[in-house]
Amino acid sequence: MAEPTITLNITRYRPGQDRAPTTQSYAVPYKEDWVVLDALNHIKDQMDGTLSYRWSCRMGVCGSCGMMVNGTPKLTCAAFLRDYYPGEIRVEPLVNFPIIRDLVIDMSDFLDKLKSVKPWIIRKEEKPVSQGEYLQSPAQLEAFHQFTQCINCMLCYAACPVYGLEPKFLGPAAIALGYRYNMDSRDQGQEQRAVIGNHDGIWDCTFVGECSVVCPKDVDPAAAIQRSKVDTTKTWFQSILMPWGQR
Amino acid sequence: MAAFLVPIQIIIFGFALPLGWISDSGMLYRNWLVKLYLFVLIALPLYHWAHRFYFALNDMKLGLPRKPLAALCYGGAVVVTVVTLWVLLSL
Amino acid sequence: MSGTRPDPSKLYYREVPATWWLKKKSYFFFMLRELSSVFIAIFLLVYLYQIYQLTQGPEAYVAFSRRLSSPGWILFNLIALLFALYHSITWFQSSAIVLPLRVGERELPRNLFVALNVIALVVISLIILVLFLRLKG
Repeated sequence: MAEPTITLNITRYRPGQDRAPTTQSYAVPYKEDWVVLDALNHIKDQMDGTLSYRWSCRMGVCGSCGMMVNGTPKLTCAAFLRDYYPGEIRVEPLVNFPIIRDLVIDMSDFLDKLKSVKPWIIRKEEKPVSQGEYLQSPAQLEAFHQFTQCINCMLCYAACPVYGLEPKFLGPAAIALGYRYNMDSRDQGQEQRAVIGNHDGIWDCTFVGECSVVCPKDVDPAAAIQRSKVDTTKTWFQSILMPWGQR
Repeated sequence: MAAFLVPIQIIIFGFALPLGWISDSGMLYRNWLVKLYLFVLIALPLYHWAHRFYFALNDMKLGLPRKPLAALCYGGAVVVTVVTLWVLLSL
Repeated sequence: MSGTRPDPSKLYYREVPATWWLKKKSYFFFMLRELSSVFIAIFLLVYLYQIYQLTQGPEAYVAFSRRLSSPGWILFNLIALLFALYHSITWFQSSAIVLPLRVGERELPRNLFVALNVIALVVISLIILVLFLRLKG
């Protein structure tokens, strides 16, 4: 008896050769414990070495293998074939990003935006090492801990319709990361992250909420953005009503 | 705030009154506290509407020109606020 | 570490179709949520006009209220009410995400938060109804 197979319909795009992306179908052996990434690796190893895609850890911590699986942004190392079998699986590059080749997208915009929120501890005055560590209580850690879990997989950018319609939008992950540092008790750099409070920062967000739905690490960037809106508004009111108070 | 106050408003003035379940002489509107309440109830959600509607229309990629659309939505909210003020003050 | 950027002339840019919000259930309900504000706004305008009738005398007010009993208007008010309720529920859900209530160490579960707000909605509505009935004259 022939081994069961499952069909993957995969986007192909050869830069400089193809005018537009096309779809190529592959019939891959169906194994119950395989994920979409296993199928892609099988195709590359045994069927078509020209297929290009990103992957690394294959266990959901590196954030490399994000792609659209049947229209939903997913980590291909976390999308099980058995959840789609016997139907066909459509694998496309992450939407809202330009395609470099096949399933590989250009993430320069995302990296620029990450950098723009200055994702590191900023101090008004550095404490010399001889004075010891910065102390932080569990409660203080709790205030920002979930936002440290981001693996930069960009699924949230693919899910966000605002980013799709307005490429200048700072985006969920970058804002969540900026929020993570603003909420860190060791950080004193909120003023330097003004890009978050700009027009193309939090204020482009209309709280669709899809970013938090697709996030594989439960970072909840939607919450970070809305809470940033509340915080920035409060700070703005305070600066108007009490201009003498400086933090 | 509109989330709490609008549903009952619709039930009273959209159903109960027109269908004759209750009658209203309109005396209540003379009270300035009532006028204040109504002003807040009517005028404020309009800005919320203006913002959401403007963004929604842009999201739907209908290709409508942005500046005139913004003027229509936010400007419309301002106009209705003024009208509301005028109506309430002339009661 | 310096990275090289891809050659922009060879990148393929995919357009977002205008029907993007029809393609996914969650996007559709998002758009519905946003458009609920339209129905609420229209109701408020009609209501404003209803109050305006009072300036023309109490008979005009009553007469206009009667006009609102036509099937067309009842249908509109029904749709407006449904949208208003949808707006309220989605608003409570959003508030649960934006302003998590802390009880001691833990966060209040979101469904509980929404349920509490719904109860508050019912209570406030009843208070307004009772106040209106007793004070209207």
